[in-house]
Amino acid sequence: MTEASTPYLEASELTKHYGSVLALDGANFSAYPGEVTALIGDNGAGKSTLVKALSGAIRADSGQIRVNGTPVTMNSPLDARRHGIETVYQDLALAPDLDAAANLHLGREIYRSGPLGVLKPLHVMNRGEMRRRAVAAFADLGVQLKDVTAPVVTLSGGQRQSVAVARAVAYASKIIFMDEPTAALGVVQRERVLDNIRRVRDRGIAVVLISHNMPEVLAVADRVEVLRMGHRVARFKASEASVEQLVGAMTGALTTEETTTETSATGQAAVNGNEQGAS
Amino acid sequence: MSTGTKGTGGTDATSTRDSGLLTSPRSGRAELRTLTRRTLAAGETWVFVALIIIVVIFTIEAPGKFLTLNNFSLTAETTAPLLVMAIGETFVILTAGIDLSVGFVLVLTGVVAGEYYLHNGATNAGVGTIWIGAILGMATGAAFGALQGFAVAKLKIPPLIATLMGLGVAEGISYLITGGTDLRSVPNTLFSSIGQGSLGGVSWQIIISFLVTLVFGAILAYTRFGRYTYAIGSNPEAAARVGINVDWHLVKIYALSGLMAGLAGIMNLAYYTTTTISGHSEDNLVVITAVVIGGASLFGGRGSMLGTFIGVFIPELLAAGLVIVGVNQYWQYILTGLVLGAAVYLDQIRRRLRERA
Repeated sequence: MTEASTPYLEASELTKHYGSVLALDGANFSAYPGEVTALIGDNGAGKSTLVKALSGAIRADSGQIRVNGTPVTMNSPLDARRHGIETVYQDLALAPDLDAAANLHLGREIYRSGPLGVLKPLHVMNRGEMRRRAVAAFADLGVQLKDVTAPVVTLSGGQRQSVAVARAVAYASKIIFMDEPTAALGVVQRERVLDNIRRVRDRGIAVVLISHNMPEVLAVADRVEVLRMGHRVARFKASEASVEQLVGAMTGALTTEETTTETSATGQAAVNGNEQGAS
Repeated sequence: MSTGTKGTGGTDATSTRDSGLLTSPRSGRAELRTLTRRTLAAGETWVFVALIIIVVIFTIEAPGKFLTLNNFSLTAETTAPLLVMAIGETFVILTAGIDLSVGFVLVLTGVVAGEYYLHNGATNAGVGTIWIGAILGMATGAAFGALQGFAVAKLKIPPLIATLMGLGVAEGISYLITGGTDLRSVPNTLFSSIGQGSLGGVSWQIIISFLVTLVFGAILAYTRFGRYTYAIGSNPEAAARVGINVDWHLVKIYALSGLMAGLAGIMNLAYYTTTTISGHSEDNLVVITAVVIGGASLFGGRGSMLGTFIGVFIPELLAAGLVIVGVNQYWQYILTGLVLGAAVYLDQIRRRLRERA
């Protein structure tokens, strides 16, 4: 998997301050098409900040983000969206009073043009079409929703999760970030989300999974990147890593990576060497 | 789901129904149950029931007097500016905001238009002048609202304070311009048309207010503008993350409320042929009461134009009915207060039921 020469998304030396707190301290990250990359780290390691910076929710103070090798700016979620990047946030970011179909299309409504396009400037929504596409999108994921027109607040936690995942999957053409997607779920629903992650990956999309659940990470991920104190401290091939190694890297017992001097050219070589050393 | 009728009687229907897939056809009974649940959960249902109860009681108490076209059209006519303001207020409350300035922006608008008429032909002003004065007034209202929206969205001043501030400023400017004396320089043509005139037997005040209700009800229910309004009231963070420009939308919402208060100001000026400076200090509370009775949640995200429409008329019909049956009409305030309390309590119950479901 790692033989893909260029990562679709690559971050180098990202820093982010919140007041005096240094949330990202020269963080590197890369995600490849058709691969599940798990991003792990202890609480406060900077995972969420990194994801927010890569999905346009916040701006990094310094550092570079490259898409397909080209430097880009991520000033808003719209920038990320333009690059085919979608995010399933930990809090799901759903509007509870709107129904599942409305949430799926939120910010991307489908409009009627009317005869000769007279309705275009009014942005009249085509609610029937939006509903049909929502039904198709949920069915595509095998999500069971009795009624796509019921307000999201009336759904169970698992169903809400499904709505958020379906929304990301429906629009992501390149990358999906999933921030703790299984944290609130029961066993069956968790399996289904993991199945969905694999299914999305098999379409050639890069999936970035943030999780605390190490067995889950090893079960679904192809690669694992470990953050500690705002920078990447280790990378593993999931097939060659153990829970002990992951925990070791998260807690600082194991460091396989020089972070401060790394460039993207030497990074790949360093990984290969480190992976051998780690395994 | 209403379109999913194909294959209702298919042999594989049972299995798909059992699995609960959303594509499965539902039985008629389940459909009916969903409909019933929806109806009971909808904010408009309860307020509509309340309206029916009021109409029935007064019709029994005063047969042939309350339930008459004359009574209803008179009520609708005097309520017209309140209805127009309530439409703007509905958008504001849906975003979990509040606009306390409406009655004062109404007065300010009337003063701006009245002052323009005073210097441009006064009571003999022509149609062109009338339009310019009206547009000037409404633009003032919209700009005033936009400034309040800016204070809410960009300066992060809570809506209650931002519009309380706006209320004072609008009132102060009105008094400064007029020196506290009402302007009476209203063009005759304005009075005879949208003031007291009618089209096909229906007062222009009613036509304008109902038309505006229909148009903005449609905008709220069917367009992107309406959808974003609900989304922002429901979860502003989520709205921002999907790329909605929340701040700009809020500015537009408060500008709309100002514009509606402006239109109400012109209607009021035409109807009374005076700026009625001191007569609107409670309009804001009346309007907010109407919107909340209509089922809109002060927490944002829930409500409808139909609810507001009915909500506006409940206190007004109460007042009219009490006069007709000869009860001291000050009971109106007490009854309106109780209806308001009941509306908010029902909202709480609905919220709890829904979250349990």
